[in-house]
Amino acid sequence: MSEQWQPRIVAFFCNWCTYTAADLAGVSRLKYAANTRVIRLMCSGRVDPQFILDALAKGADAVLIGGCHPFDCHYAEGNYKCLRRFQLLKRMLKDMGIEEQRVRLEWISAAEGEKVKRVINEMTETIRALGPLGIPQKFAAWDQEMEAFAAHVEAGEALKTPCSAHAPQQEPAHV
Amino acid sequence: MDKPSKSNIRIGFYVCHCGSNIAAMVDCPAVAKYVETLPNVVLSRDYKYMCSDPGQELIQKDIAEFKLNRVVVASCSPLLHEHTFRGAVEAGGLNPFFFQMVNIREHDSWVHTDKAEATAKAKELARAAVLRVAQHKALEVKKVPIHPDALVVGGGIAGIHAAMTLANAGKKVFLVEREPSIGGHMAKFDKTFPTLDCAACILTPKMSAVGTHPNITLLSYSEVTKLDGYVGNYTVTVKRKPRYIIEDKCTGCQDCIVNCVYKEPKFRDEFNEGLGKRKPVYIPFPQATPQVVAIDPKTCLNFRNGELTNKCKKSCVTACGEKQAIDFNQQETFLDLKVGTIIITTGFQTFDAKRMPQYGYGKYPNVYTALEIERLVNTSGPTGGHVVMRDGKTEPKSIGIIHCVGSRDKKTNRWCSRVCCMYSMKLAHLLKEHTGAEVYSFYIDMRTPGKGYEEFYDKLLEEGVHFIRGRVGEVTDWAMSKEEMEEGKLIIRVEDTLAGYVRRIPFDMVVLATGMEAQSDAQDVRRLFNMSCGSEGFFLERHPKLAPVSTFTEGIFIAGACQGPRDIPDTVAQAGAAAAEALALIDKGHIEQEPNTAYIIEEECCGCKSCLPLCPYTAITFDTGKKKAVINEALCKGCGTCVAACPSGSIVQNLFDDDEIFSEIQGVLAHE
Repeated sequence: MSEQWQPRIVAFFCNWCTYTAADLAGVSRLKYAANTRVIRLMCSGRVDPQFILDALAKGADAVLIGGCHPFDCHYAEGNYKCLRRFQLLKRMLKDMGIEEQRVRLEWISAAEGEKVKRVINEMTETIRALGPLGIPQKFAAWDQEMEAFAAHVEAGEALKTPCSAHAPQQEPAHV
Repeated sequence: MDKPSKSNIRIGFYVCHCGSNIAAMVDCPAVAKYVETLPNVVLSRDYKYMCSDPGQELIQKDIAEFKLNRVVVASCSPLLHEHTFRGAVEAGGLNPFFFQMVNIREHDSWVHTDKAEATAKAKELARAAVLRVAQHKALEVKKVPIHPDALVVGGGIAGIHAAMTLANAGKKVFLVEREPSIGGHMAKFDKTFPTLDCAACILTPKMSAVGTHPNITLLSYSEVTKLDGYVGNYTVTVKRKPRYIIEDKCTGCQDCIVNCVYKEPKFRDEFNEGLGKRKPVYIPFPQATPQVVAIDPKTCLNFRNGELTNKCKKSCVTACGEKQAIDFNQQETFLDLKVGTIIITTGFQTFDAKRMPQYGYGKYPNVYTALEIERLVNTSGPTGGHVVMRDGKTEPKSIGIIHCVGSRDKKTNRWCSRVCCMYSMKLAHLLKEHTGAEVYSFYIDMRTPGKGYEEFYDKLLEEGVHFIRGRVGEVTDWAMSKEEMEEGKLIIRVEDTLAGYVRRIPFDMVVLATGMEAQSDAQDVRRLFNMSCGSEGFFLERHPKLAPVSTFTEGIFIAGACQGPRDIPDTVAQAGAAAAEALALIDKGHIEQEPNTAYIIEEECCGCKSCLPLCPYTAITFDTGKKKAVINEALCKGCGTCVAACPSGSIVQNLFDDDEIFSEIQGVLAHE
């Protein structure tokens, strides 16, 4: 294994197009980066924004969503619903200071094994350049701060503590 | 072993070597060893072929022996073998849905090159499945009855054969064809290789059998416009285009054609590839099925710009007389059909030779496509089988046939069209027979795999057809010198790769062996029937080897050249296979539906109605009394869009519920 830092990418692929495309990439023996972990859903419309947030919170450096092309959704319009939520979520993530490139939505049809390879390789490179997101580590750091603060309160020094002890919590989560 | 284990969950884990397919890139014993340390895992094994009988029996034996109540198999794609393993789990006495599959072949061993990385990935994916399967619930497969009628779309040889097979088995079949007659491309051919049977002699009896079969409803000049429902219970809307003839009343006497105000045929005859002419009222070819004429509103004097004007004296109506079969007021009508299974046999189109201007099709009159030659050598063709050039009188003395026009070419279509070598040789034989001309064939490689095909090639060599290996550079009318007999001829410039020099050979007639490609509206058809297309545009089969006529949509099958270039024997074989697959479904009587539908937890639903407009199948309704949303399970197809949208989290999708997916996320990310 290369000594380089390896990003962890969680992917949500729809059963009918993108998951099948990834199977096709396999059958065609295309080679791509081993950083992505695919979770199969029936439709990209099933991608709850909470899945994306949860993945990031649990240590993913990026999330990839793959669905059928416009007009091609197996369930008629699930991909549009996914797109709508995705746009909203992207704005929210931006406000939270998470780089745009970390969450990506791609339309990949069952015939596009080549595109699976390209997108995963591209994304791996982009995220490698961005570096780790490290939300679990940040959570840990914030927890420590909170514990320290609680200890202060217990020691009866709360009143003397400047309000700035809260500050890091409200700052955006950028590195 | 001391590890956190909640409740009574007992997971058995199996990692498959798949021979060396997986084991060569993933350290399977290491994966098995790692998974053993995970919570709730009672047993972890690696095995050479999990999908084999011994592999499946191993699972069954272990379920009994180790009291397993959950099973995870890490092997190939669930799209390939999930069904197999669910069956094994069920045979072992468990609910088949206490099973999860991990894809470490298509998504791992086949696509990665570093064994350590691939093994790490396999471990993480396995961990996700182990965490997920602990959340699985027992589910029941829902059985729904299947409608016994079938629909066949496309009336070429594939559609005809599929419809006949089903109808002979006693099933009611609707055969929809967009042209006025069935027959497809095969009806245009003169002879068929390698036996030189006359295409019409073998096809037309089948066509008329379709026309008269009591179990077949032939809907010619019609198109499918809408598809609703699901396997076993499709509702299909068919548009019947107005042919301005009442089909039941027309006897096919063709008096109307004789008496049309146009005394001579004047308009392009599509069936004869434009080499002949027809009148506005026409029958595409003598053996057309149904034997019913059609009126073309684009050329009929009684219409203007497709609008009825009633300005013609309508001698056709007079000629038709008491039969009263002509109805100029006919409108488009729509027909709703209920069917259980559908076979798509929409065929191919030939490559447009104008896309390769270097061969001069459309520029030099005596450059022909192969399909035009089929009509030209055909006794019922525009010249009665007399091979003459476009001037209508001169017989060609020398003919050059260019192979691979629009095939095996990175600039146009990359694939081999499979039939061109054979049909080019057939045409070479026929042209030689009809005209006695010198015939040259320019090929890249001769491809003659098939019963009697190579022998046919030998026969042609003996007949004195000249074969020159080389891709033709250009066809030109520029004569280099009078001495070379080039004046007034078409000159083919080609590198003869066997002789090793560039040649110029003059010809009277040049024939382009155009390749096969997907129909121009294949994408629309694909969307209509919820299928997929490969990158070259042909419909995608479910599995290239094991499910060649199935699609990703249950109950919809494909056959013939809509799936890829193929010859008539293969097309007929495929059509029979598709009919057999459909029959297997119909005769089973019911469909087992994947229980991945969604349901609402009534106590938690706040009645916000967010989900209502999201459902593309209108499966969600609102109970105004209770102020709760209700999902009709029969209509739900299990996409999960509503589940993702529910703000109170009160919609649950079976097989993909939130807890299952969150555990999967945790599994792929948990740090070691």
